[in-house]
Amino acid sequence: MAEKERGKKEASEETRIGVFICDCGSNIAGHLDCKAVTEYAAKLPDVVCAKENLYTCSEAGIAEIQKAIKEHKLNRVLVASCSPRTHQPLFQSSCAQAGMNPYLFEMANIRDQCSWVHMQEREEATEKAKDLVRMGVAKAAFLEPQKDIEASLIPRVLVIGGGVAGISAAESLAGMGLEVILVEKEDQLGGVLNQLHRLAPDGDGADERLSHLVDTVTSKSNVKIHTGSLVESVAGYIGNFEVAIRPKEGEALKEKVGCIVVAVGAVPLEPKGLYGYDGKTIITQAELEQQLKRGAFKANNVVMIQCVGARCPEREYCSRICCMTAVKNAMLIKEQNPEAQVHVLYRDMQMYGTKKERMLWDARGQGVRFDVYEVDQPPEVGGGVVKFEQPLIGEKREIPYDLVVLSTPLVAREEASMLSQLLRIPMDQNHFFMEAHAKLRPLDFATDGVFVCGSARYPATVEEARSQGLGVASRIATVLFKDKLVTSAIVAEINPETCVGCQGCMEMCPYGAIVYIREKNICEVNTILCKGCGCCAATCPSQSALLKGFKPQQLLAQIRAM
Amino acid sequence: MLDVGRHPNIELMAYSDVERLEGEAGDFKVTVRRKARYVDEDKCTGCGACAEKCPTFVPDAFNMGLGERKAIYSWFAQGIPSTHTIDAENCRQLQGKKCGICKKTCEADAVNFEQEDRVLELHVGAIIVASGYEVFDPSPIPEYRYRDIPNVITALEFERLLSASGPTGGHLDRPSDLAAKAEIATLEKKAKKARKTLEKFEEKFGESSSEFFKRYEGEESEGDEDRKRWAEKYRDYLAVAEPLAALKEKAEGFTVAKKLAFIQCVGSRDLRFYPFCSGYCCMHSIKEAIIAYEHEPETRSVIFGMDIRAVGKGFEEYKIRGGNQAGISYVRGRVAEITEASDNNPMVTYEDTRERIVKSEEFDMVILATACAPSKGINELAEILGIELNEFGFFKTDESQPMDTTRPGIFTCGCAHSPMDIPESVAQASGAAARAAQILLESEMRKAS
Repeated sequence: MAEKERGKKEASEETRIGVFICDCGSNIAGHLDCKAVTEYAAKLPDVVCAKENLYTCSEAGIAEIQKAIKEHKLNRVLVASCSPRTHQPLFQSSCAQAGMNPYLFEMANIRDQCSWVHMQEREEATEKAKDLVRMGVAKAAFLEPQKDIEASLIPRVLVIGGGVAGISAAESLAGMGLEVILVEKEDQLGGVLNQLHRLAPDGDGADERLSHLVDTVTSKSNVKIHTGSLVESVAGYIGNFEVAIRPKEGEALKEKVGCIVVAVGAVPLEPKGLYGYDGKTIITQAELEQQLKRGAFKANNVVMIQCVGARCPEREYCSRICCMTAVKNAMLIKEQNPEAQVHVLYRDMQMYGTKKERMLWDARGQGVRFDVYEVDQPPEVGGGVVKFEQPLIGEKREIPYDLVVLSTPLVAREEASMLSQLLRIPMDQNHFFMEAHAKLRPLDFATDGVFVCGSARYPATVEEARSQGLGVASRIATVLFKDKLVTSAIVAEINPETCVGCQGCMEMCPYGAIVYIREKNICEVNTILCKGCGCCAATCPSQSALLKGFKPQQLLAQIRAM
Repeated sequence: MLDVGRHPNIELMAYSDVERLEGEAGDFKVTVRRKARYVDEDKCTGCGACAEKCPTFVPDAFNMGLGERKAIYSWFAQGIPSTHTIDAENCRQLQGKKCGICKKTCEADAVNFEQEDRVLELHVGAIIVASGYEVFDPSPIPEYRYRDIPNVITALEFERLLSASGPTGGHLDRPSDLAAKAEIATLEKKAKKARKTLEKFEEKFGESSSEFFKRYEGEESEGDEDRKRWAEKYRDYLAVAEPLAALKEKAEGFTVAKKLAFIQCVGSRDLRFYPFCSGYCCMHSIKEAIIAYEHEPETRSVIFGMDIRAVGKGFEEYKIRGGNQAGISYVRGRVAEITEASDNNPMVTYEDTRERIVKSEEFDMVILATACAPSKGINELAEILGIELNEFGFFKTDESQPMDTTRPGIFTCGCAHSPMDIPESVAQASGAAARAAQILLESEMRKAS
């Protein structure tokens, strides 16, 4: 173990490792012998204390770690518990609070990778947990102290998209005193709201709502609005983005911003080839909305068909807003012409929440008819009638129409793909942007400094888009109201002495964090952009690229302990 | 939760009530009552030694009464803060009896029976009301007989049964079976005690109780006082042992619940209770059915609903996956009645709207997806804060300014606003924070200029 000896010599002080074994209630302790693992850990080399906790992540568990760091003069801590993805930051910062360098913390996953997958094999699971702990201890001995990376922050925000979500974000950010650049592709702000007539559930006028929103945002002196413009290029990283905004005519404008909001919205699907869509007697809800708005609506027998081009194999998702749109418009038709027959053919009426469900009751009260159709028996439109199988009475029914209205889903805009590449942000299979965490971080991207709100993420009502737009403002405030940016030191470094400039790493890097320096014929890592994934280190043929915290010496120690 | 608990700018006041509010946006004075926990927050490390030693068992509200906790307790193991609390109503010491075991056990000397409520005054610029909701208690729905039929439970109770740290360690033991097992434990204790008494007689007279009793019964109460008492004790023993044996035999047949019925809109979309749709229940039923299937691949679930409202990102896809891969079938309709069939199986009567016939089907367990009701104290809180409620009983807001309540400077989010799921609540919470920050910063800027 010559390597180990060397590692020890390099360290100026004696290695003192503390090991904490978490029961995770019964998640771990229910399936393996935590006590035995703890006793085993206590005897491993360099380990000076080993403890078992009911929940190491609880306040009591954390207090125990911190106490042990002081009492046992620990300079390495290993927690054997769950996933570092969820809990490493907590344990690291707790160690730091107790005076230990947080990068001397190591974790062994004995829950997700052990107790949960070996539930019926108590003895084997216990042995595997011991292996994992032994490997973790071996690696911990070779960890090196690191310093967090710091960078400056530009207190200015780029908002892409001037619909409800984007305007709300811009207005709120400006209200907090930040400078905002709002870029809208069209010649006027408002997005889809421009095309709407009245809004569910209260029937407020879309124009009034929009003009109020626009007034609020235009009255802020710290919001610069670029309509008829596109974002052309984006470089840089959180705190220090450089963006180019291209107006329809003239030169591109260069701006520096600290954060970026993606609020490009979505558009209603044009149902080409579906149910005989012709834009005349078979139209979309959006077209009906226009007719109602212009006062051009004239029809006595209206049939609305829900889920047109949605909840089907090509587009599995439910678009959330089409049912309420149909009910809203059905009621407006009834309001204008109480004699009109309005039929809604649906699969599930998605009138979630308080007021929308009430709309459904009210619409029924006004005489709007709702009938279910089964997905495998869609209605047929033709010859002036809509035919459908009424499952409740088991009969085929025919409804005469003079207007068929197709409820189509909101679909991602074409530009979404381009933005996805420009900003290196992921999209889901439907081309809606994919947030960092579906439940806990709905407005963040995994890419730091870039945020999402409104229908660009997933179809949203006007109210929801506003909530999310405001929400993004506070997400950004948590970044830009700090004096400087502090990020993890677990990043790659490239040794300039041995790098031959082959650029193999550049191609592998998913974050665009590596640049080639022509003059020196070497590659360099941008440590703010680097997420520490290690692709470069794995690729580099000369072992010049190394990932801090995962250097060969550290990993080999872990592997050899197996 | 932990992030909030550890954030340097957040002071947590758990176990506290807001009592009074004065002032205006940018300059509020809030009176807060910090209720006595009888445990010093600064000293308690949350180690739980006190709860381990406390002799008083209380039904555990966190586990929906399916398990037990002690009179000194923390709400649940990962709760923030981890400070324990004595529940004064159940604590022997605080009820004037002799005890104090927790105080003796606590190494941090954190237990303080003399602690009193403290009333504080806070000076704040903005207020966010995130007081959540109440899960509807389905007992008033006569046709579902929630209280009568043990294996009809609520989704939240089912959630606790599914939880690895719940009262059954994640096994889907049926409540009727759990009750039988608890009864077995009680009877066993009694039988053991009775057997000990009998052993004394057996030793004294050198004969087994059963043989003695056979003879004694035959000779019709012959014998001295001692023998009379022995016979009496043996009768007592039999009164316990016989039902115990029967129960034990029955318990051998217990298996985990594998055939599940989920009933949607229990108390929601129901004009007798709450007219609104609670939004998230379709998804939690699908989730619970999928998890049950993951625990036990023989699980088959039926979800009964008027509409299955899988209205969120990835939700419809999840619903389809549940149907294709997790043994879930979806039946459109409202369940008319639940009765009890043999073996404590609930029987669900419903109209199958596809086949157009009324059916009755037995299940191992029925799970009620109960409504998201306005929280119980919401009227009082609204009055204290001087903000209005809407016709549904949640805090009133405007569509155009969704997090603003009717009083400037007070914002709301999550299910105090209206029923919603986690991502929406999180997004709204961020929005409420932005609104609060905005008015604080604007009032600062005004002051500065």
